[in-house]
Amino acid sequence: MKEYTERALDRIRRLGASYGDIRIVKNMAESLEVKNGKVEELAASVDEGFGIRVIVDGAWGFASSLDISLEEIDRIAEMAVRIARASALVEHEPVKLSPVEPAEGRFVAEVEKDPWEVPIEEKIALLMDADRIMRQIPEIKVAESTMSFWRTETTFASTEGSYIEQVKTESGAGIEATAVRDGEVQKRSYPASFGGDYAALGYEFVESWDLVGNAERVAREAAALLEAPQCPSDVRTLILEGSMLALQVHESCGHPIELDRVFGTEASYAGTSFLTPEKLGNFRYGSEIVNIVADATVAGGLGSFEYDDEGVPAQCVDIVAEGIFCGYLTSRETAAKLGLRSGGAMRADGWNRIPLIRMTNINLLPGDWTLEEMIEDTKKGIYAEMVGSWSIDDKRLNFQFATEVAYDIQDGSLGEMYKNPTYTGITYEFWGSCDAIAGEDEWHLWGVPNCAKGQPVQMMHVGHGVAPARFQNVRIGVMETAEEDE
Amino acid sequence: MLGRERMLEIAGKALDYSTADQTQVTLTIGESSLTRFANSMIHQNVSERNAEFAVRAVVGNKIGYAVTNKLDDQSLKSVVQKAIDFARHSAENPDFVSLPAPKPIKEVNTYDACTAGYSPEDRASMVGRIIEEGRKRGAVAAGQLSTGYREYAVMNSLGVAAYNSRTQADVTTVMNAGSGYGYADDTALRMSDIDPLRAAIEAAETAVKGRDPEPIEPGEYDVVLMPYAVGELVEFLGYLGLGALAVQEGRSFMKFGERITGENITIWDDALDPRGLPRPFDAEGVPAQRVDMIVNGVATAVVYDSYTAMKEGKESTGHATGGTGTYGPMPMNMFMQPGDASIDDMIDMTKKGILVTRFHYTNVIHPVLTVITGMTRDGTFLIENGKVTKPLRNLRFTDSVLERLSHVEMISRETRRLGMVVAPAIKARSFRFTGVTEF
Repeated sequence: MKEYTERALDRIRRLGASYGDIRIVKNMAESLEVKNGKVEELAASVDEGFGIRVIVDGAWGFASSLDISLEEIDRIAEMAVRIARASALVEHEPVKLSPVEPAEGRFVAEVEKDPWEVPIEEKIALLMDADRIMRQIPEIKVAESTMSFWRTETTFASTEGSYIEQVKTESGAGIEATAVRDGEVQKRSYPASFGGDYAALGYEFVESWDLVGNAERVAREAAALLEAPQCPSDVRTLILEGSMLALQVHESCGHPIELDRVFGTEASYAGTSFLTPEKLGNFRYGSEIVNIVADATVAGGLGSFEYDDEGVPAQCVDIVAEGIFCGYLTSRETAAKLGLRSGGAMRADGWNRIPLIRMTNINLLPGDWTLEEMIEDTKKGIYAEMVGSWSIDDKRLNFQFATEVAYDIQDGSLGEMYKNPTYTGITYEFWGSCDAIAGEDEWHLWGVPNCAKGQPVQMMHVGHGVAPARFQNVRIGVMETAEEDE
Repeated sequence: MLGRERMLEIAGKALDYSTADQTQVTLTIGESSLTRFANSMIHQNVSERNAEFAVRAVVGNKIGYAVTNKLDDQSLKSVVQKAIDFARHSAENPDFVSLPAPKPIKEVNTYDACTAGYSPEDRASMVGRIIEEGRKRGAVAAGQLSTGYREYAVMNSLGVAAYNSRTQADVTTVMNAGSGYGYADDTALRMSDIDPLRAAIEAAETAVKGRDPEPIEPGEYDVVLMPYAVGELVEFLGYLGLGALAVQEGRSFMKFGERITGENITIWDDALDPRGLPRPFDAEGVPAQRVDMIVNGVATAVVYDSYTAMKEGKESTGHATGGTGTYGPMPMNMFMQPGDASIDDMIDMTKKGILVTRFHYTNVIHPVLTVITGMTRDGTFLIENGKVTKPLRNLRFTDSVLERLSHVEMISRETRRLGMVVAPAIKARSFRFTGVTEF
């Protein structure tokens, strides 16, 4: 690849760029879906190309192409420089980058069982088994079992002297049972909704979840939800299961700490952030037991790497310490504006996209409770499991989540199952009401492979390590009022 | 531009290389560029040249799918072989009957050389003018301006050989005037058919009017929903239940022959109507048909791809969404019947209500009841006694789309071409706002 990277860097230097980098990326993906006993999806993809990013006259330009050849590298380098010069035509503040040490190396994240070495028949058989078991419950009208695998090889080289090669393998799987009767539709998933759980691990990760062993339970719970009463509307204690809490962290902490969003550069898409720079180091984001880090170094995380897409080494950055907001996800450009060095959070969704500030693994550090103790310690509350839907305002303050299922808690015991649970709140009030977090034994690093940001939109794979946690005085169940008049 | 002949020649290689019982190939080649701005500066400016060669191989009634962006002969052979291998190792799908047979496709002019050739300097210059319109009104501009072209070919071993070249231009702008925000967008197949400066002025003026928003208690309010907000509600209907797969799986709200909205609501899909963003055929090369989905409030029909159609012994309506087809057919060129009111009329007729420019981050809570939640954004105003009296802080709504479309009192003459919908504004009773935020 050096022949190509050196050609690109030489070209952009000659064309007058003050900074430039090239990423050559090859991505392989495989996805399988079994639905109601049929293989609905059995797909493989290969996607390869390069992107060149430059600063000229203090402004950014980026161009990319599928054709990895010396001639095309020359053309695209010229295009990137031309685009940067066009950017500079509009009045702007010249881009300044915080410093980074040039790095070199090849980093291959090894996995135990290479997903591409596992026969396709074996994967289908596993999904078919889970599917067959789910459909033994008569109310299940749609059973879906899925697996996805990705391998990404990235070569990054910059005019500052970095040359970094990285290879990463990711795997994920899940099952979902949808029960339908008399116009009512309810579903349950495992190990998480919207495709299951994902990690930067091999096929051993898929096997570890025992999809087949959980299929009957998942289907029975979906059927039981058809009979369950509507979750009441009330203000109550709320205990969240891990995968739901992972998305809560994602939406209400992960996105508002992206420093490019804070500076307004996502205003035209999903919005900005309430965590403005004057709050850094003094704003009470959560209760004293809330500690959150952005950790790109944790093994197996979808948000883990050795170097980000600007060649900045992976780091573990404090975001919230004892409830106080204390750090951002940063890039070289945004960190410079705060007089900092980059925390290494620039990531691009493939060769044809520029890196943006993306979540790494945004982790809520474990506490010292157990889920069982939390429930026993709750007089009147709700225990809610797995993401149903999500929505949050464009500064990341007012959120509302639906979960797949909830259970009543009375006097320390789990009781009746409820359908259509929702809860809503304001981010810092919600985290301020967190009074219990489960410990290390119940902490799990969840993978979210579909985080959307940017224009053109980029989908990123990110991680969230959490253990179940408890929140006080939460508004539960707005759905009840919406359904009453049907 | 490669042109029809060359595109079909490349795509046709898949059919030559394939030993499957049936084979479908889609080839997409194109370039797209996007200039993004925020804080009244260009901060991202990108360009991409890409391709996709996707093969669907059928062996018996087993299907495999593989895709690549490498167009050399070896890569094409290898992707065809991968699709066949996957099909061979897959499981029987008794619901699959056949790929679609060819049908005549109506020629539609969807390509514009000026749009395809719109340069980085052209985009930067136009963005500079958008920013200037904001600045003149005391607003800071964010947004994006994008242009591009793509050539698209679909072939299959039954004789389908469809080709289309298409351009598209989009502008989005969010303006910010202190605590006030405004939004506007425009999209068309031709750059000359969008008006970025009109969008800039509209967004800036809304932002200026939106300064110092006040909170209001959540509850039920009459609303005037601007076309951006209405378009989003209609898009949700399309996604939740206007495709045949949703009906076949029992998760659609469509009860055919029954009234599901007010009589004044009619929604159809017409991919050939130039008021939308026309496309002559779908991802299987089937010509797009007009489908009247909700007529005078009555659930009438849904859209089909070949898989869902053949399952019911019907004809595809030309609404396949591509890829492996997992998501099923979708209406992608929807129209909601306009009325005879103006937006001013709607405001005049509102005693107390809320004007909503657009929604943000809407998501489904209950698909069959069509209950969704989301926030208002970029221009929420109080209407009192027929006048817009003050800006409001953004509100969360949680409401049923069908329920609200059962209580529409007025519909505007004016419509807007949005991404997948051409929508009017509406005045509706008793919209359910369930929360409020701090700005």
